Amino acid sequence: MKVRYPLFQIIDKDGNLTNQKYEDKLTGDKAKLLYYHMTRIRTYDQKGVALQRQGRIGTYVPFAGQEASQVGSALALADDDWMFPTYRDHGASLTFGADLDRMLLHWNGRMEGCLPSRKKNILPASIPIATHLPHAAGAAMAETYKGTNNAAIAYFGDGATSEGDFHEGLNIASVFKAPVVFFNQNNGFAISLPVERQMNSETIVQKSEAYGIQGVRVDGMDVFAVHIAVQEALERARNGEGPTLIEAVTIRFGAHTTADDPSKYRDQEKINRMRDEVDPILRLERFMTMNGMWDEEWVKQINAVIKDEINTAIEAMESYKKPDVAIMFDHVFEKPTWTIEQQRQNLLRVGGRK
Amino acid sequence: MVMSKELAESRSAVKTNSLTVIQAINNGLNVMLGKDKHTLILGEDVGKNGGVFRATDGLQEKFGENRVVDTPLSEAGFVGAAVGMAFNGLRPIVEIQFLGFIYPAFEQIATHVTRTRTRTLGHYNLQMVIRAPYGSGVRSPEIHSDSVEAFFAHMPGIKVVCPSNAYDAKGLLIAAIEDPDPVLFLEPMRLYRGKREDVPEAKYSVELGKGKLVEQGDDVTVLAWGAMMPVALTATEQMRQHGITCDVIDLRTLYPLDKDIISESVQKTGRVVIVHEGHETGGVGSEIISIINNTSFLYLRAPMERVTGFDVPVPLFALENDYLPTPERVSQAIRKVVNF
Repeated sequence: MKVRYPLFQIIDKDGNLTNQKYEDKLTGDKAKLLYYHMTRIRTYDQKGVALQRQGRIGTYVPFAGQEASQVGSALALADDDWMFPTYRDHGASLTFGADLDRMLLHWNGRMEGCLPSRKKNILPASIPIATHLPHAAGAAMAETYKGTNNAAIAYFGDGATSEGDFHEGLNIASVFKAPVVFFNQNNGFAISLPVERQMNSETIVQKSEAYGIQGVRVDGMDVFAVHIAVQEALERARNGEGPTLIEAVTIRFGAHTTADDPSKYRDQEKINRMRDEVDPILRLERFMTMNGMWDEEWVKQINAVIKDEINTAIEAMESYKKPDVAIMFDHVFEKPTWTIEQQRQNLLRVGGRK
Repeated sequence: MVMSKELAESRSAVKTNSLTVIQAINNGLNVMLGKDKHTLILGEDVGKNGGVFRATDGLQEKFGENRVVDTPLSEAGFVGAAVGMAFNGLRPIVEIQFLGFIYPAFEQIATHVTRTRTRTLGHYNLQMVIRAPYGSGVRSPEIHSDSVEAFFAHMPGIKVVCPSNAYDAKGLLIAAIEDPDPVLFLEPMRLYRGKREDVPEAKYSVELGKGKLVEQGDDVTVLAWGAMMPVALTATEQMRQHGITCDVIDLRTLYPLDKDIISESVQKTGRVVIVHEGHETGGVGSEIISIINNTSFLYLRAPMERVTGFDVPVPLFALENDYLPTPERVSQAIRKVVNF
């Protein structure tokens, strides 16, 4: 079968440049920026798993392995663009500008943790699969309506492509040429179901053809390739050329969530053995080393900064004031209805949980 | 019909037109599109065709394709897109062609439309209206006749409104569009082209969450809304000839229910008949009974009665008049509570 969507790659797993066209863009500064953010979210991710194991937060959704996809895409956005993430895309949210303290509060089951970013249009993680794709289309349509140059990006996994809302979101966005990027991270598994059982299509990106939109299949472990593919898709969106479907081929190194045991459904040992070989951060490190961009001192320095930032946020999360039960009643409507007000008062009168 | 003096005066002072319910809705949409550039209409066949019931007739011509948007046949898609637009400061009015076609968008409504304000602690509110013709009695095909207001009255985070006449249709629609929270606006298609009413030409609103006493009596409180109002009124008129008089209340908003108008009347009459065409079990009638139980238990002189659609899928139209509450069934229920 002819490969209709070759994998777009700029550096291979050993860090070698495989695509000369973009050589000028691979500056030391860019490499450092990408490296910093990938390291930051990996450190956070490892901490997230540890905090769950220690019972200091609730179920956590790890994304290790997907850092290049999340950082490369998030850093391609402009300040006023819209981000619609899922529960596995907190790496992307944090990179774009979500607040770390609130993110941790969210994993600790606190409603305050869903407060959107103080500065950016970042929606809370969408839990129902693919339902936020039409939202991204609508937010993007609103930008066109208002005559701005802003765009939207929606994140979703391979499993989401089987949902009706995937189809409805892509279709409506394509009909109205909405400035939106549909950014798929195909990590091969929807909890336990391998992508081969998710669909009979060879790739996810080929579904773009059905909607008459651009499709790009990118090496999701190559942060440069992801970054440039998303930049180009956003540029097309801003130019009125409509949506792009990007399939970033990646690997979820760990479990679906901290409540999941992947050895039940896949050869987890094999994935553990190949981790270093395919790791997106090590790939960038290899490239930087080969090109004289690696600076041990700088790496030590950013690691210290990151550790400090995360520890401060954990402290803030753990010392956050106790939840006020009223909070669940206060934001259902602008003004509570009488039923909500009555229920709130009844609960407060009996004092709620002690 | 009872009309307050103030209302009658205010109506005589303003320019009015004699409109059907569907014309009043069209007029309300027209007024609101003209007021606010952030308001737009999305739906199937709403543009060039003016909607299958002509609710949006002439609006695309007047306001353009960007304000009155023909969408693909995609309820989850365009309700979802409306959510995205509302995140981004627009105020979409979505038309669902028939309430029974809302099910593909059920997930969008249950997981996002109703939860966004709570989820974001008020950072984002969705100022959007979902309009849907509902109900049986117009010989339409299967699924076109559902009356499932209870699904949505049960969902925290959305108001449910249902007018029964042209004046309320326009006023409630404008209030719904101006409400900062999502509103499901149910339109009784059986009454779309029925009685005409004087409807003020200008913008006015009817407060959400308030019922209306449309007929006064002493013996029984009859509660209904939407297409069941004429059924209830026919029955109470028959009863009046037998010397039984009723308070007839048009609830108009199904969430939040107007607890005060209900309890005030029930505490006077002590007898209750609730009429709705939605299925009986878990219908809005159950909630009304619960409110009366909490507010007026000791005033009751008879067990409360419900006259409702049955716990069966709405049948094809050969049997729809058997499914629907009739004045005769309502009269029987009134007699039953009086004779208890």
